[in-house]
Amino acid sequence: MAKLHWKENAAPAVTELEDGTKIYRTNAWSPPGCHAVGCGLRIFVKDGELQKVEGDPDQPITKGRLCVRCLTMKEYFYHPDRIKYPMKRVGKRGENKWQRITWDEAYDTIVEKYHECVEKWGVNSVSVFAGTGREACRYHTPLCLGVFGSKTIVHPNSGWSCLVPRQAVMTWILGSAYVDFDYAAGLPLRYDDPNWEPPKYMLIWGRDPLRCNADGMWGHSMVELMKLGTKLITVDPRANWLATRSEYHLQLRPGTDAALALAILDAVIKTDKYDKEFVEKWCYGFDELAERAAQHSPEWAEKITGVPAEDIYAIAECLVQKPSSACVGLAIDQNPNTIQIGHALYSIFAITGNMDIPGGLFMGQPSIFPGRAQDKKSSEIHEEPEEEFEGIGYKEFPAIPLIVNTTHPDCTLDTLETGRPYPIKFAFIQSSNLLASSIVVQPSRWYEAMRKLEFIVASDIFMNPTIAGLADIVLPISTSLEHEGIITRTGASQPGQFSAIVKVMENYGETKSDLEICLDLYHRLHPDSDDPRWKDTDSYLSSDLARINGANVTFPELRERVSGQYELEYRKYEKGLLRPDGEPGFNTITGKIELFSTMLGALDEDPLPYYQEPKFSAVSRPDMAKDYPMTMTTGARRFTSFHSEHRQIKTLREIHPWPTVEINSKTAEAKGITEGSWVYVENPWGRAKLNAHLTPTLIEDVVSMDHGWWYPEKGEEDMFDVWDCNINNLIPNKENGKLGFGTHFKCMPCTIYRAE
Amino acid sequence: MKQYGLMIDNEYCTGCHSCEVACKNEHNLPLGQWGIKVLELGPWKLMDDKHWEYRYIPVPTTYCDLCKDRVAEGQKPSCVFHCLASAMEYGTLEELTAKMVAKGKMASIFIP
Repeated sequence: MAKLHWKENAAPAVTELEDGTKIYRTNAWSPPGCHAVGCGLRIFVKDGELQKVEGDPDQPITKGRLCVRCLTMKEYFYHPDRIKYPMKRVGKRGENKWQRITWDEAYDTIVEKYHECVEKWGVNSVSVFAGTGREACRYHTPLCLGVFGSKTIVHPNSGWSCLVPRQAVMTWILGSAYVDFDYAAGLPLRYDDPNWEPPKYMLIWGRDPLRCNADGMWGHSMVELMKLGTKLITVDPRANWLATRSEYHLQLRPGTDAALALAILDAVIKTDKYDKEFVEKWCYGFDELAERAAQHSPEWAEKITGVPAEDIYAIAECLVQKPSSACVGLAIDQNPNTIQIGHALYSIFAITGNMDIPGGLFMGQPSIFPGRAQDKKSSEIHEEPEEEFEGIGYKEFPAIPLIVNTTHPDCTLDTLETGRPYPIKFAFIQSSNLLASSIVVQPSRWYEAMRKLEFIVASDIFMNPTIAGLADIVLPISTSLEHEGIITRTGASQPGQFSAIVKVMENYGETKSDLEICLDLYHRLHPDSDDPRWKDTDSYLSSDLARINGANVTFPELRERVSGQYELEYRKYEKGLLRPDGEPGFNTITGKIELFSTMLGALDEDPLPYYQEPKFSAVSRPDMAKDYPMTMTTGARRFTSFHSEHRQIKTLREIHPWPTVEINSKTAEAKGITEGSWVYVENPWGRAKLNAHLTPTLIEDVVSMDHGWWYPEKGEEDMFDVWDCNINNLIPNKENGKLGFGTHFKCMPCTIYRAE
Repeated sequence: MKQYGLMIDNEYCTGCHSCEVACKNEHNLPLGQWGIKVLELGPWKLMDDKHWEYRYIPVPTTYCDLCKDRVAEGQKPSCVFHCLASAMEYGTLEELTAKMVAKGKMASIFIP
């Protein structure tokens, strides 16, 4: 069963030094942004002043280690550009004239505009726009559904290309809320636990875990595993640091991941060393999958991907060894072929018997993360809904509401432009700088479409291009140091960190947290409610904790203990811990891992994985390749930023000052591009100006770009020059996979030339 | 008197810059000044066309005092404590040399 462990002899939540300095223990989420890792912090405060931020040695996973984003938190906290008070727009939208107002006036205006829109256009004309990864993720759904009563939750990331496609595969094929590599995060003895062993091989696919800490995982645990003997296999068009330390680096042509995954699957089956007992007992549709894989040999894949067939056969021999594991990242979501990549990849780990064993792929239990659709069986898909509601994009992409409670991102842009199937008139942009090149593609089109809305309220820490260009009201958000919250890994579906965000500083100006704003608006809109959940932050957070299996802790208790570890059992499928009916097996229709997917079949998708050539590659579009012979991939992560954040933190800009395009040194030389020169990356959709970094780590015709850039120092005129470096203008909208997932962030044609 | 230094594991230093910023915090160093600076060796592909030369090497500068105040309180130097890859160690040269020999490759010792 699930258990919560506390560290014995941990320092108290607060310690007072002789000189009156208080040292508070807390945990980081955001802002400043991060992916819910919950790294432990010690915050030194004297006379109400933040003195310094250090790591907390008592945090069981990070043990004091801390990245530069938290190490510069004092600079972030006291930054003079922080938004201190609520403000309203005076002058035209986008003119950047603001006037300080009170919270009362801000709330009064929001409530008044809300009622106006509901009356004229219906409740679903009210929307909440959500970003990615920040703590606000916990409150998007409650704010939209619980406070406003609207179903228009918008996460405008083209193809929902972040986590959700992977989760669709995990849910439908594996019947798990989330799977990821096991780094003993829930075990109090960690790597010394006698039941744990390090993976022999780790397949890192489309992820740079050291920098991205994705999905609540502590990235540098990968280095800990390397020190314990885990050997790496990296799949990435670019050789990152981990690839240079890998046994094998499969440097595939961008966008061809599904071909490679299918070929590895074929090679694994051909070894005849996969786990036949596990397949027999726990997998459904192996013969069909094997037949499909056989059509995708390593020799076939070599021609498509550029990866030598001999390497594919060699890694198959590695992955049949137990335990082996996989660290699978965002790059597979950012591809219209996404479902098939995930399907083929996780099938490899299923048939090798690496699921839910120590050192293998840990299977998550159902998540309590708000915003995820409840698991539905395929038999329920065709049932009539309780009420007539046509969610945005649901007709075109019925898979979306089965996995997430948001609109379909790309269809939402159509809706903003056409008002169909219903108009969106009111937007609450919650902690999301969507116009910077993090999530939306064709951001200038989104900008034009959103300029016409009746009312836009945005909440954030700093003025940013999205707020400057669109908002009518701005609400100032507090940092993790000024408010309370909880951090659990992927909604407590995975083992590991279990932490409190503790308020240790008085609020800077009049800032409030996302949750506090959510509760305030709830009380304004539902004055007669006596629902105990919405009473205050303590009761809200405690009620979230109450839903976590085996936690048995209230928020005030967690705040006192600061950090714990959440332990889940291995081999849950043998013990009846994955299914709501308590029976052994997996939480799928057949009760087995569905190598042949009944769910995908029910959605009129191929029940088996297949390969789809990227739509705009040189193979698909030789006409386009004449003028745009190179391939661009974007979204490269840096230690110094989280999506579009941190660009105003001078210490971090000193480390990584400019939006960077990485180019193979030979390609650059041929084009007269030198280190540090400004270059344009261009294709038929648009162009962006970035700073060149020459490196041998990329294939000659591939360029890799940072995302999320804008220039706080350029000021609010021209929206901080966000269009100048906006790489997402080079990616088309609504070019998704058949089910509506994935897009071309990693494989668009382009050319590149000197800017001056 | 015993001499102290820093041992850096260049095999596992990932170039995260935490040591640089942790040191700036500890010593109140302004922009443009560093108490320890991460240098990059490579990346370039070796002549076997398979393996890489790619190392990060944090080098203490003139400002490094091995965090004498922290050490006096029984703590680790700030760079060592915050290092994400746990790729830095503080100790006497005897201790560090023994560790370096045990490691056997891709390590360096600095005396600031």
